[in-house]
Amino acid sequence: MSAVTGAADTPTGGLSGDTRGGGWKDVVFRLVLLACLAAGVVILGVLIADVLIDGIGKVSWDFLTSFSSSFPKEAGLESAIMGTLFLMVVCAAFIVPVGVATAIYLEEYADSTRWYNRMIEVNIQNLAAVPSIVYGILGLAFLVRGPLSLGPVVLAGALTLGLLVLPVIIIAGREAIRAVPPSIREGSMALGATKWQTIWRQVLPSSVPGIATGVILALSRAIGETAPLILIGAATFAAFNPDGLDSRFTAIPFQIFDWISRPQPEFKLLAAAAIIVLLAILLTMNGAAIWLRNRYERKW
Amino acid sequence: MSAESVPTQTTPGAPAPGVASILRRGPRYGELIIRTVLFLAALLSVLTTVGIVASLLEGTLEFFGEVGVGEFLTGTEWSPSFTDPQFGVLPLVGGTLLITAIALIVAVPLGIGSAIYLSEYARPRTRKIFKPILELLAGIPTIVFGYFALTFFTPLVLRDLLGMEVQIFNALSAGIIMGFMVLPTIASVSEDAMSAVPGSLREGAFGLGASKRQVSTRVVVPAALSGIAAAVILGISRAIGETMIVLVAAGLQPNLGVDPREAFETMTAFIAAQGKGDVPTGSIEYKTIFAVGTTLFLMTLAMNALSIRFVRKYRQVYE
Repeated sequence: MSAVTGAADTPTGGLSGDTRGGGWKDVVFRLVLLACLAAGVVILGVLIADVLIDGIGKVSWDFLTSFSSSFPKEAGLESAIMGTLFLMVVCAAFIVPVGVATAIYLEEYADSTRWYNRMIEVNIQNLAAVPSIVYGILGLAFLVRGPLSLGPVVLAGALTLGLLVLPVIIIAGREAIRAVPPSIREGSMALGATKWQTIWRQVLPSSVPGIATGVILALSRAIGETAPLILIGAATFAAFNPDGLDSRFTAIPFQIFDWISRPQPEFKLLAAAAIIVLLAILLTMNGAAIWLRNRYERKW
Repeated sequence: MSAESVPTQTTPGAPAPGVASILRRGPRYGELIIRTVLFLAALLSVLTTVGIVASLLEGTLEFFGEVGVGEFLTGTEWSPSFTDPQFGVLPLVGGTLLITAIALIVAVPLGIGSAIYLSEYARPRTRKIFKPILELLAGIPTIVFGYFALTFFTPLVLRDLLGMEVQIFNALSAGIIMGFMVLPTIASVSEDAMSAVPGSLREGAFGLGASKRQVSTRVVVPAALSGIAAAVILGISRAIGETMIVLVAAGLQPNLGVDPREAFETMTAFIAAQGKGDVPTGSIEYKTIFAVGTTLFLMTLAMNALSIRFVRKYRQVYE
């Protein structure tokens, strides 16, 4: 932590900040701040270490390719991995077009002085903060039962998760579209392109990296959600892989929850192993998002 | 596009397609259709809200057809599945608020402290290391925090290390770990607010001989206070709405007490536990999901509205 001893490291630091006005108090204050930051880092480190110690012994090819079982020795994660894969593919197919279309509408078309456009914006802000379990209630009452009555199937789960993470993709998409400078649009329009031609051929291609980053972040949020799946009614004991939109399913976080809830300690270790798999997937996705952002982001 | 516009410059007599599109009058139906489709996509988010409100309202109204509003809001006993069911929501609200309070005791000082360090003290390189770590912490699925609270924090830290006599399911462990879940939210929103404080304010204070600590605590924090308040409220909203940590680690025991070593049940945990056991549509157990869901939804909605107001306030001042 070289920052502890360094004086005036930031541009806002002004003159030599550490030497004036009650020196020791400043040093203590700085150490306390650093301790606050370190607490979060330490917890993250301990959490990852704990999960690795508990579960790494259980992660094996057999674990990844066996179905769930009531015998902890034989139980595996295959149906949960396939379920998560199905959910994510369907979820992406739903949120990418809808999310990008919403972002385009709000950035390129919407006149923000109109009350209905302002309402859409405020509404998206609010939706982003609605608890995930409430989306689960929506899924249960609207998709699984009630008007659509799809039953506890892949489509219902994917749509519920999709609605939950839609604000993430809309907000990221809007930022990416806004980052394209107006001069690009004006140039295109001046050459006779229509508004949509301008968006489709100039604005969207330039904002693809930002949108793709948003898609990955949205999916990595969806992949770890458990609460909505509980209400949707994911299968607690799935010795089968999903085979379509109307198939019952389980998912990795739901399987983790199921294993944690069982009294036998062996299942807790299986839960740790499944957490390792989940965290590995999440880390890969986040890595991909950071790489995309650094590799393709255009500076205008 | 550029290929089409080249002839216009060489043959001035003939109107080129580009010019024709400018002179053209009347609606472009293709563009109109696209605009409409995009608008409909944006409308889906409004429909989502309508769907949430409608599904909550329908079930809640049915619930209040059988249970009095007064009994629900002021009753001190929650036992909807007993033969003599009681529908007082206060124990669930109390459990939620207790665990939220514990989470805030952890997350508010740590989050604001982290934000001050990142905004005022850290060099660019230090920021580059710590910000992704906080993002990583924010990205951990909450079921993983639940596992950590139940299998590590309660038995090893609270019991063995600190020697506390806690139940295996308890509010303390769930609340503390939830604090670390909320920490990145509070840290990043507060830091945004502090970074938005103009440098001239800091420079003025430095010019008067203030130390960095004095600048941080007496200039930056007060100037960013509405943003920090928004961050804390957002944190409260996330803590109230969090399900998996409390479902796994806090137990499912409706409890109106205040001893955090005991097991508690929150609104979210009740909804999840009730929804898990395939309850038949139309039964009173099914309807309780919606009544409790509405209570939860209204509480988080109020928090969000408050938070948005605070964010607007600091934007107006400095941007």
